[in-house]
Amino acid sequence: MFEDSISPRDAQWREALRKEKSARERSATPRVKMTELAPDYRVTCSEEVNCGLTPAQAFTEAIRCLDCPDPQCVTGCPVGINIPGFIKNIERQNVVEALAVLKETSALPAVCGRVCPQEKQCESRCIYNKMKKDPVAIGYLERFAADNGVSDAPVVQPEPNGHKVAVVGSGPAGLSFAGDMVKRGYDVTVYEALHQIGGVLKYGIPEFRLPNSIVEREIDALAALGVKFIKDCVIGKTLSYDDLVNEGYEGIFVASGAGLPRFMGIPGENLIGVLSSNEYLTRINLMGAGHDGDTPVPVGRRVAVIGGGNTAMDSVRTARRMGAEKAMIVYRRSEAEMPARVEEVHHARQEGVEFLTLCNPVEYIADEKGAVRAMRVQRMELGEPDASGRRSPVAIPGAIDEVEVDLVIVSVGVSPNPLIPANFAGLDVTGRGTIAVDDNLRSSLHILFAGGDIVRGGATVILAMGDGRHAAASMHEQIQKQSKQS
Amino acid sequence: MNKIVAKERFSENVVKLVVEAPLIARSRKPGHFVIVICGERGERIPLTIAEADTVAGTITLIIQAVGESTRKICALEPGEFLTDVVGPLGRATKIEKYGTVVCAGGGVGVAPLLPIVRAMKEAGNRVISVLAARTKDLIILEKQVREYSDEVIIMTDDGSYGTKGLVTNGIEEVINRTDVNMVVTIGPAIMMKFVAELTRRYSVPTICSLNTIMVDGTGMCGACRITVDGKTRFVCVDGPEFDAHKVDFNEMMMRLRAYNPTKI
Repeated sequence: MFEDSISPRDAQWREALRKEKSARERSATPRVKMTELAPDYRVTCSEEVNCGLTPAQAFTEAIRCLDCPDPQCVTGCPVGINIPGFIKNIERQNVVEALAVLKETSALPAVCGRVCPQEKQCESRCIYNKMKKDPVAIGYLERFAADNGVSDAPVVQPEPNGHKVAVVGSGPAGLSFAGDMVKRGYDVTVYEALHQIGGVLKYGIPEFRLPNSIVEREIDALAALGVKFIKDCVIGKTLSYDDLVNEGYEGIFVASGAGLPRFMGIPGENLIGVLSSNEYLTRINLMGAGHDGDTPVPVGRRVAVIGGGNTAMDSVRTARRMGAEKAMIVYRRSEAEMPARVEEVHHARQEGVEFLTLCNPVEYIADEKGAVRAMRVQRMELGEPDASGRRSPVAIPGAIDEVEVDLVIVSVGVSPNPLIPANFAGLDVTGRGTIAVDDNLRSSLHILFAGGDIVRGGATVILAMGDGRHAAASMHEQIQKQSKQS
Repeated sequence: MNKIVAKERFSENVVKLVVEAPLIARSRKPGHFVIVICGERGERIPLTIAEADTVAGTITLIIQAVGESTRKICALEPGEFLTDVVGPLGRATKIEKYGTVVCAGGGVGVAPLLPIVRAMKEAGNRVISVLAARTKDLIILEKQVREYSDEVIIMTDDGSYGTKGLVTNGIEEVINRTDVNMVVTIGPAIMMKFVAELTRRYSVPTICSLNTIMVDGTGMCGACRITVDGKTRFVCVDGPEFDAHKVDFNEMMMRLRAYNPTKI
């Protein structure tokens, strides 16, 4: 494993490092605790909640990693990061090299170190779990290396291979793809419909969880490698598929992301003061509403966020920061079934968010101006497990409460963005509106690959990034094969 | 950054800007709109495209100053820049030979109507345009509309120009004297609502083009949602044109007031 990495397991320094301390010594130290801003302070601002590790904390945590011969953590990583390789570099206090290892497979380590659900991925497979101990804090260490390992050395642009590829969408899937392809020598152009690069990393994930400056840094690093970014360009509208082909692109990767927000289809959902989480978060995160932007945003005193995912947590915590006195999560199942990261739920609770679980809104009630003033919620109980394996919520007959609210943010998922499927003739689309792809992420159009939410329907940053890597490998193979034939 | 190459002031609050946007000029069709941003932290404002010049690589936008952001855009002078222009967005108008088409525009709604008037004429329709405004000064693009119309009827609320009366009076007069196969109406929501009520009585198919609140304009935020035939639709990707007889105008007008309870 990782024979090609700059830090393979059999490197001399790693062998020496392993011998320095016994497993007993390494496992004696408890897992590091992330320093966080105090809840009563952080709800007054948009500063990042997690403060990051100090060098001393990181070096100590890195010692805990046993540098296993068959590291299972790696199998839990959608982009296959050489996890022990970067952690051991931190242990020997070579943070620049640690970041270089991360960058071998991840275009966005500073992002992943912050928003990946490590507890369900790499860290869930850590050997420490079997030892009944807390896993190595891989995510914290990744963030530490990404934030502190930036090298002063000039960027060396890869040797051009003479092939041009286009990327549609500059979110995690697109950026990950662009990073892998530019390193292979491709001339890469990324098209973005919005006026800023970064996709969901900019418009969706709030500043207190992922500062925009961090996203900018990752984008700048890709630009330094030679990736070209074109904003305000809607593929399928501003430029057609044929336009891209005529530009000489030999491959197109579509990562146009999530689209239409879902609503529940209940009475009053179009009232003033009922909006999607996409709209709420975009106004604040991308447009600077409530800060320095010209864009307005409704400010609620009593805010209900409908849903139990990460986007719902982002919305409810944002509402607290925007001044809501009462910010509530309304979720139809119990907390155990919530899809949000445990850390997000924990942070939300610390920040005074209330949880109305086993509650499902059935109607919104308007005031005389057409603005929402209350919601009626149906109390639920848990029944048999459904298709998702989670116990399904069942309405308790007659158990309906009225809750006073003046802002409702609906966060019950999204449908795929319809722009590409609607404007690319010959592109096969699934019944759900996602782009149909084969195992290599290739679509029914030979040169068009797709990944991320436009294929998955709704997933995480890291799964989108994994798709970007996968599509890059597939497209590279196809273009190499074709150029050999011709 | 998109350069303003020409500017014309139609009235105190209505301005025409000709903006460099070669890719949009080339790909836009009647019915399409753009989103523009003025200033680094500016709002995303949807505007319909009045005209496009593929040779010069420009599009023409007509802007009515109604709030802070539109006032900023109206204050731009030739040589200055819009920070961002993105498009063309939305679905293009379905242009075909219907027979006699009435194109009814109110206020700045005449701007997005103009390319439809022209395309309807070029598709072989007999086009009767009804332009309406509060007063003479607010009638815009009359000359251009005349160029592609078989007949133009002007209606003003105060009778300062054309016939005194509302746009609906003009349309009804046409319907009463000739067979009308299609009505296209663009203007303030309240106007389109009354046009829809009128043409429903006469069973004349009617298309309206809606200008709702939007943020991204690409189908992501849902701010523009309206109810059409009992179902939620997104103006940015499902529209901006809909069957006027099926749009819930009352709900739409309520939603337009979301950020400005005192004005429409």
